[in-house]
Amino acid sequence: METLLQLFGLTESAQLLSLSEPGWGANLLRGLANSLQIALGAFGFGLVIGLFGACGKLYGGPVTRDLLAIYTTVVRAVPELVLILILFFVGTDLINKASEALGGGPVEISGVAAGIWVLGIVQGAYSTEILRGAIQAVPPGQIEAARSFGMSPTLIMRRVTIPAMMSFAVPGLANLWLIATKDTALLAVVGFSELTLETRQAASSTRAYFTFFLAAGFLYLMVTLLSGVVFKYVENWARKGQPKLRGAG
Amino acid sequence: MKLKNVLVSGLAAAALMAGTAGAMELKIGVAAEPYPPFSSPNSSGEWEGWEIEIMDAVCAAAELDCVLTPVAWDGIIPSLTGKQIDVIMSSMSITEERQKTIDFSDPYYNTPAVIVADKSLDVEPTPESLAGKIVGVQASTIHQTYAQQYFTDSEIRVYQTQDEANQDVFSGRIDATQADSIAMADFVESETGAACCEIKGSVAHDEAILGSGVGAGIRKGDDDIREAINKGIAAIKEDGTYDEITAKYFSVDISG
Amino acid sequence: MMEAIRPFLVPHRIILFLIFVGIVIWAAVSLRWDWLPEYALLALEALWRTIWLLAASVVLGFLLAIPLGIAQAIGPWYLAWPAKVFCTIIRGTPLLLQIWLLYYGLGSLFPTIDGIRETWMWPYLRQAWPYAVLALTLSFAGYEGEIMRGAFSGVARGQLEAARSFGMPPFTMFRRIWLPQAIRNVLPTLGGETILQLKATPLVATITVVEIFAVSSRVRQDTFIVYEPLLLLALVYMMIAGVIAFAFRKFEQRIPSRVSRN
Repeated sequence: METLLQLFGLTESAQLLSLSEPGWGANLLRGLANSLQIALGAFGFGLVIGLFGACGKLYGGPVTRDLLAIYTTVVRAVPELVLILILFFVGTDLINKASEALGGGPVEISGVAAGIWVLGIVQGAYSTEILRGAIQAVPPGQIEAARSFGMSPTLIMRRVTIPAMMSFAVPGLANLWLIATKDTALLAVVGFSELTLETRQAASSTRAYFTFFLAAGFLYLMVTLLSGVVFKYVENWARKGQPKLRGAG
Repeated sequence: MKLKNVLVSGLAAAALMAGTAGAMELKIGVAAEPYPPFSSPNSSGEWEGWEIEIMDAVCAAAELDCVLTPVAWDGIIPSLTGKQIDVIMSSMSITEERQKTIDFSDPYYNTPAVIVADKSLDVEPTPESLAGKIVGVQASTIHQTYAQQYFTDSEIRVYQTQDEANQDVFSGRIDATQADSIAMADFVESETGAACCEIKGSVAHDEAILGSGVGAGIRKGDDDIREAINKGIAAIKEDGTYDEITAKYFSVDISG
Repeated sequence: MMEAIRPFLVPHRIILFLIFVGIVIWAAVSLRWDWLPEYALLALEALWRTIWLLAASVVLGFLLAIPLGIAQAIGPWYLAWPAKVFCTIIRGTPLLLQIWLLYYGLGSLFPTIDGIRETWMWPYLRQAWPYAVLALTLSFAGYEGEIMRGAFSGVARGQLEAARSFGMPPFTMFRRIWLPQAIRNVLPTLGGETILQLKATPLVATITVVEIFAVSSRVRQDTFIVYEPLLLLALVYMMIAGVIAFAFRKFEQRIPSRVSRN
């Protein structure tokens, strides 16, 4: 191993990236853990918003529908970086004001929670659209059949609509998850210690910009590729019992 | 990780509160971008540097329960006014412009602003000499304001961190950078800095822009916090802790 | 004209619109806008730079995406494989990281290259915008290359066979039949991709390019006013996105939408 590293002149890089003391590898991994934590939280929070949003857009009243249309249009037209800055400052401001109005002191908001809130709002707009499309793609006959059996609307939702729409929603949601993992990098600009910021700190402290940015890129790529494998399984599972798509891929 | 720290220290504070009522819990905002030798994270993820040690000493002397909170430098004043942090201790100079928005404690260090440039470049730290050159500065600093005010004939590039500006002097993309003399002394002694650059001298002083030293930023109206920090600064200057910490890092007196 | 307005003449929309007008008036009166005149000129220049960056990277990126798409759709493995790896890497890592890798990573290598400061390239290498254009172009090519792969595969085989049986040389076949149809296939997604690219442009502010986001940051830093510049910035981006969506819709309408299949 060592001779191999020497052969490629990588001894120094390996030292910088090592997990133990003088190396910064542990910092990168800690950053990665933070990134994944925020991405998972934001993705989940976004899904919740998306589910309500999609139902609101499909079955809600005209006002709900217009408000949701404004939400999804604005979020999808404004750069994430700008939204993150606005939501970051507005969000903490609002929470503090609310807590003061209720007679409490300033609230402790951890970086992870703020990151989840900010990215979750952004993700919510996209998942609203994805889930709405997926629900609409469920053949109406299936829902009519369920209704004619006398199923209640919630039962239809649980037994028919959600399972049937899963196969339509999974590819879009897989893509959204990848966007979530990559968007956590933007939080570096507001100072969250996620992977990109840890990388930047390590790079500027050691001046080994190439080494650290490449290493971080590799970590992100691994997350993407592994997620791809997982989502393939999920997709196959969601498609269970459905005819194969013609000319898939 | 950070959440746990905050929780643990919060619990500890709550536990202490019963006994030693009065330990004020403060979140001290530090720029998340490394600013050696004042504050930078080391490879085990802990913050270290002169300012971090001073912060600990001040907090201990003033019996404050301080939690270090990294914040983007670029948004550090909005974070203070938005109550995400309670105090800024991040080499922030006391200037009239900033005093319109926030209050400051007594200054705890004061160093001149210098110009650093490539060794082969023959420049003086004056607007005339730097005319036509590219000068890099860190965003939201007194140096940015100064450069934009005085170096009107130079191209000004604004960086997110001083380290990135230094890196671009090293790579040759910019001709010079203006920053704090201590931070620059540290840079020109570093491996990369020594290879490329040298300090060309300090710029002409302008009190209105460059301010009167570095102090801790405090929200307007939080007078009890300011009092406590001032007490802490006075105490560590008195009992020699300040000089002790300074001697560990610098060979000169920076108390101004 | 009336036809276009009618859907908005429903009571709840009028109320929503009035609320919106109220918010705008409130924003104009009670928020601080006194900084605007001072930065207006800088903002316009920067806005132009944003649009220029967007246009350059979309056009160059699209040109690069065509060979990437072809290589993946029909190329031999030694072309298809690198193209696929390129697209995967671009799509699998954050753009911010790519930008920093290109700018600071390459920059850190300059001092090790002898004589680089004497070459004709040096004045360009010192500027920040070439890295911004390069990073944005590669990113757009990576995403669009994947879409172009599908678009090239989507052109009906029969048409290509017909062209071949007429004795059309391969390049003419590509230029007359394959490329136009592939482009028509991607056209509906191109508007959306361009808006996504617009949303990526503010990232280059982190490598000292002064585009519209950088100006809003500067206002924030100079004056400590937080919300106003950001809100105005959001509005500017929404307007640009609106113009892009509108332009692509008009453009799409001018292209025959369906040729008969088979």
